This record gives sequence, C-alpha cells and structure tokens, in this order.
Amino acid sequence: MATLLRLCTAGSVDDGKSTLIGRLLYDAQAVYEDQVRSVTRASRNRTAGPIDFSLFTDGLKAEREQCITIDVAYRYFATARRKFILADTPGHEQYTRNMATGASTANLAILLVDARHGLRPQSRRHAQIARLLGISSFVVAINKMDLVDFDRGVFDRIREEFADCLHGATLQPIPLSALHGDNVTAPSDRTPWYDGPTLVEYLETIDVDRRSATEAFRFPVQLVLRPSHDFRGYAGQILAGTVRVGERVTVWPSGHETTVQRIVTWDGDLDVASAPQSVTLVLADQLDVSRGDVLAVGAPHVASRFEAQIVWMDERPLDTSRVYLLKQTGRTVTAEIDRGLALNEIGAVVVTTARPIVFDSYARHHGTGAFIVIDPASSFTAGAGMIVQPARELVGAMDRPGAAERLAHVARTAATDTDAVTAVRQALEEILI
Amino acid sequence: MPLDHLHALEAEAIQIIREVVAEFERPVMLYSIGKDSSVLLRLAQKALYPGPIPFPLLHVDTTYKFREMIEFRDSYTAGIGARLIVHTNTGAIADGTQPFLVGTQRCCGLLKTRALLDALDAGGFDAAFGGARRDEERSRAKERIFSLRDARGQWDPKRQRPELWHLLNGRLRPGETIRVFPLSNWTELDVWHYIDAERIPVVPLYFAKEREVIVRGDALIALEQGFVPLLPGERPERVMCRMRSLGCSPCTGAVRSTADTVPRIIEELIAARHSERQLRIIDHDLDGSMELKKREGYF
Repeated sequence: MATLLRLCTAGSVDDGKSTLIGRLLYDAQAVYEDQVRSVTRASRNRTAGPIDFSLFTDGLKAEREQCITIDVAYRYFATARRKFILADTPGHEQYTRNMATGASTANLAILLVDARHGLRPQSRRHAQIARLLGISSFVVAINKMDLVDFDRGVFDRIREEFADCLHGATLQPIPLSALHGDNVTAPSDRTPWYDGPTLVEYLETIDVDRRSATEAFRFPVQLVLRPSHDFRGYAGQILAGTVRVGERVTVWPSGHETTVQRIVTWDGDLDVASAPQSVTLVLADQLDVSRGDVLAVGAPHVASRFEAQIVWMDERPLDTSRVYLLKQTGRTVTAEIDRGLALNEIGAVVVTTARPIVFDSYARHHGTGAFIVIDPASSFTAGAGMIVQPARELVGAMDRPGAAERLAHVARTAATDTDAVTAVRQALEEILI
Repeated sequence: MPLDHLHALEAEAIQIIREVVAEFERPVMLYSIGKDSSVLLRLAQKALYPGPIPFPLLHVDTTYKFREMIEFRDSYTAGIGARLIVHTNTGAIADGTQPFLVGTQRCCGLLKTRALLDALDAGGFDAAFGGARRDEERSRAKERIFSLRDARGQWDPKRQRPELWHLLNGRLRPGETIRVFPLSNWTELDVWHYIDAERIPVVPLYFAKEREVIVRGDALIALEQGFVPLLPGERPERVMCRMRSLGCSPCTGAVRSTADTVPRIIEELIAARHSERQLRIIDHDLDGSMELKKREGYF
C-alpha cells in the first residue's frame, strides 16, 4: 500500500528551489517527454544549462518572463515506495502568505539554502512559519555545493546554524547540487565525507506523524442530510480519532450526549471509521444538530474568547476596530481581534467571537484548532490563525458592548460607507441569530 | 492504520463537495463526459448519499464531440437520475464556427469559453464544479480548490486567495462566482486506479480498438466531422488506437495502443512517457495558452 507524504519547500530568492523540484520530478519521471521538449525549447533563450529544470514548475507567463515564482504550485510524483504531494512556495517577502499556505497541509518541510550564503533572515522566517503551522520534520537542503567546491566546512557551519534555529525539531541536513543532481536521487561521489541518505531516499523512508486516527474523536458537521422523512444523517469528515457504532458521543456546543446508531457511506454501512474518512453519522436521539456543531468524544473547548497566533496575509493591515469573519471547521462567525498586524506579520492575539465556537488547541488537533480570518469587505482570506487556548480572563457582561453600541461602533470605525454597510449588516445578523 | 492514497483523496474530494453544497445557493457540476467527470460524478453521489445529487450537471456541447461521448452522456446521466443541462453557442455554430475556418483558439473561445459563461449566467449559478487536476498542465498547478472568478468569469492568478488546511473561503462579492476543483490533488494515474477500484463506467473511446483515422505526424486524427481537411496523399487508415483524453473530435488526437481494459490502460500509463494533453492540439497554439484561456473564463 502506497502511503502519502505531503511536503512543502521554502527558501530565499535564487536558492534554486524550482530547480530542485524540477530535478525531483525529472528523476522521478513525473515530468513527461513533451514537457521536457517544450522546456528544452524555452531554455535555449536562457543560460541555465542544457535543461532549465525550474521551467517545469514556474507555471505562469509572468513568472517565466521574470524568472521568479509568484504563487504556490502543487506537484505530484511517486516512487515505488511513496506518493508525494509537494507545495512549491515562493521565497519573496511579499508572498510569505503562500509559504503558510503550503505549510498548512504539509507533514515535512524542505528548507533550501544557497551554500554560498548560509542561513539568511528569510530562511529563519520560513522555518518559523513552518514550526508555527505545526511542522516538526525538516530537511535542510544545502544547495549549490558545487559552487563552494563541496567544502565540508561550509556544510557543517550551515548545519549548525539551522540546528540552533530549529531547536527541538527533527532535522536532516543534506549537501546538494540540484542543477547537477548530486545527492538528489543518487549519492554523489563529490561528497565522500557525507554518509547520510540522498534526498529522495530520506523522503521515501521518513516516518511522519500519523497519530490522528488514535486521537480523541472530532467530527464537525458539514451538512445535514434529510433525503426523506425517515432519514436524518450528519455528513462530515472525521478530523481526528475513531468512531464506532454504539459509541457515546457528545454534541458541542450544546453538550447533549447521544449514541452513534449508524455510520453510513455509499459503499455500505461501516462498524468503525477513522480520520480522515468522510462519512455520514446517524444518531440514536432526535437532537437539534446543525452545520458547525461538533460531535466529539471527550470535551473540546467552547468559548467566544481565545488566544491565538495569526499570520496576516492581506495588504490591508489587521485593524482592531473592524469586525472580521472567522471560519473554523464548518462555522463562520464575526470576530474582533485585539492587536493590529501588517502583511506577513505574525502575532499573538486575543480573538473575541460573537458566538461561542468549539475548538481544541492547534497543537492538539490541527483540524479543530485552525481558523481563517476573512475581510468582510473584500472577502479576501486575510489571516490564518492557530488557537493556543481559551482566554485566561472570564468574559463578563461588561466586556461585551450592547447591541446598539456595537452597531454604532462598527459603523463609526469603518473605512468606507460600503464597509460600514457590510459590517453593520453582519453585526445585525449575529445579534438577531 | 493510515488510509491509502486513493481513499485519502476520496475523503478530501467528498469534503470539498459537501462544503459547496452547504455554503452555496446554486451549484452546478460541469460535466465534460471524460474520465475525470465520471469520477467527479461518482464522488458527488458518495458525498450526498443517501440523498440524490442536488445540483444539475452542465454539458457545454460544441456539437463537435465524438458521437460515442454524446451517447454515453445521455444514457449514463439518465441511468443515475441526474438532471442534465446541455448548452451550445448556437449563434456561433450558425455562423459556421469550426476550427479549420476560424482557428482553434477562436473556435474554443466561442464554443467552449463563451458558451460556458453564457450557460453559467443563464442558470444563475454561483459555484461550478470542474474535474480539472493540478497535474494536467503547469498553470493549473497554481489553481486553488475554490477558484475565484470575477463577474466575467475570469481568473486572475495574482488575486487568488490563500487556501489553508481544509478551510475553504466561499464568500463572494456581488457578481463573483467560484469554480471548484475537488480532483485538484489527483493525478491521471489516481483517476484510472479509482475507476478500476470503483468500476466506474467510462466512454468506450478510452479503450483501444481499430478506428478509422488520418495519420499526421505523431497524431492520429478521427474523421467524424466532414470539414477536417485532408492533406495531399492522406487517406483514412484503420489503426489500433485509443483516446487518452476526450474533447472535440477534430482537435483530439488518438494514440496507438492495444490497451482495451482499465488495468491495461494503467499498465500503459505507467510505461508511458508522454503527457496526456500533448494530443490536445489546442493547448499548443501558444506558449502559456491554457493560462490565457483560464484568464478569459475557461475552467
């Protein structure tokens, strides 16, 4: 059975990331001959050698013209032992949000550095984002070793810089030349002092975290299915843990307990199902369960005020006086955030939502601990958040402005009339619900 | 025990389909009759089971599709009880639009892109599922699962929303719509493995048999439409071949093959070193032509 490894790559501009990925795809024969031909043709006008591997991944015309990568590209390849989904994320400062995007679904990150430059501020930042998004396995790919004569001293120095920067994570440094293929698929005879695995060998064999099926059960309801009067099922994807027919589960935020009567799928009923399966659950009791509720074993947090880390991804800075939309599992609520953040800034904040949400800490369950912040005016995904814990102080009645005050506040502080209309409409919807 | 690759992809696609049904008022599924559409349709059945598929299917018919595709479309969708909308840019057809007269780019622009946008507009659809995969072509590798389109159905790669975890942002401003790609993370091989495992019916054109074609360089061209011009010395030949991807008969080349079952197709693909879109003549008109088409509103 082929398992799946999701990985992302990060590095500074010109570290040769696209070249490395092009090389991986080419060596894994995931690049087809006609693509090689079209790329070989395009390479003639440039100076990167016989085949410019970066052209396999630089998908957009603007990128090919400017020789840069401006957006996340997803690539797929397989070896005999494993299938890989690779998110190629750009190194430019203004697109750091794409790094967070790639890292959010990855089990492992490849941090690429140019052997001539070593660890630069950008690398440190990428490592920080990857750690924040919960990645604990890293390959430090020390590239362009051919340009430092495969000097072991250079390799050792960079390796130690990263060991300090990524303290506590699993780290595999590998000396490479992506352009020439050293230590990518085959071991290089130009690094006799290196006895570790090649990049592909390491990716094929590393044991990534697969604990989600053994964790406490978490099942956010996506959709209530009522095709007929005698069937009411709750459709969703199991985010963590395992569920069995006959098992007692609790519906949050109401806290009502019930029993799982059936696990329904198109392929027939199941006795047991685990993360990340998508199933439909039928419950023994008639309860009021709707989209956004969470079925769980054990108690998640239910709160409307919590501490979180946010990566800000919008040109327009986070404004503490604005009301945002927060989407977490299947629930979208309005939210206010207590601290301003600029594009690409990462910060610890306290979030207050208009209605309580059901969550776990991100460190415990990514699925129930992650949220996105949506700008209600532009609808852009402006922030990515990871919940740390419920806010320490209790929320008293005095902390929540009254409905009229709240409406006046959002109307007064909106930047434009359109924003004001949108914000008031949302606040009103929340209040009326 | 972790799910194997295919079941993990299936669970992800079902999650995406359900999210759209939960958050959008008028979804529609673009149905192109090809293998990816067949898989998408099965995933929709699974996502909404035991209920029926609650949204219609939309086929943009250029009138130049293979006859076997249309037969398959009508019998299969009727068999599973799906509601099918067929839309054709009849004005352009009446004006005589065909690839050899107006060029493939303009022909696609009118009969596929324009027709698609008109049909989406006519139905008032706010979300349209498509079977596109990121492994198909390099500009598609940058596509989101929820792909935002402006009021004219156009894609702006620089305005794409970040997409993190499984949290899909389906919020639209007036006039905006989304295209949804549940098969984003599937490869061609995954699609065939899934068709095999699930025994999903596909158009017989995918299976090798002797067909009457014109041999032109590397390409084998079917002669279903009378307007396909023969070059001097060309004449129809019977060649053992099959289609790797399905489109309009004048613009879709066949490949020489003896693979007449799904497992044989999988074997052939593993051995193959040619990408599937190579024989779709239209993508090669220009460097980056898929990107241009997507910017104009193609999916």
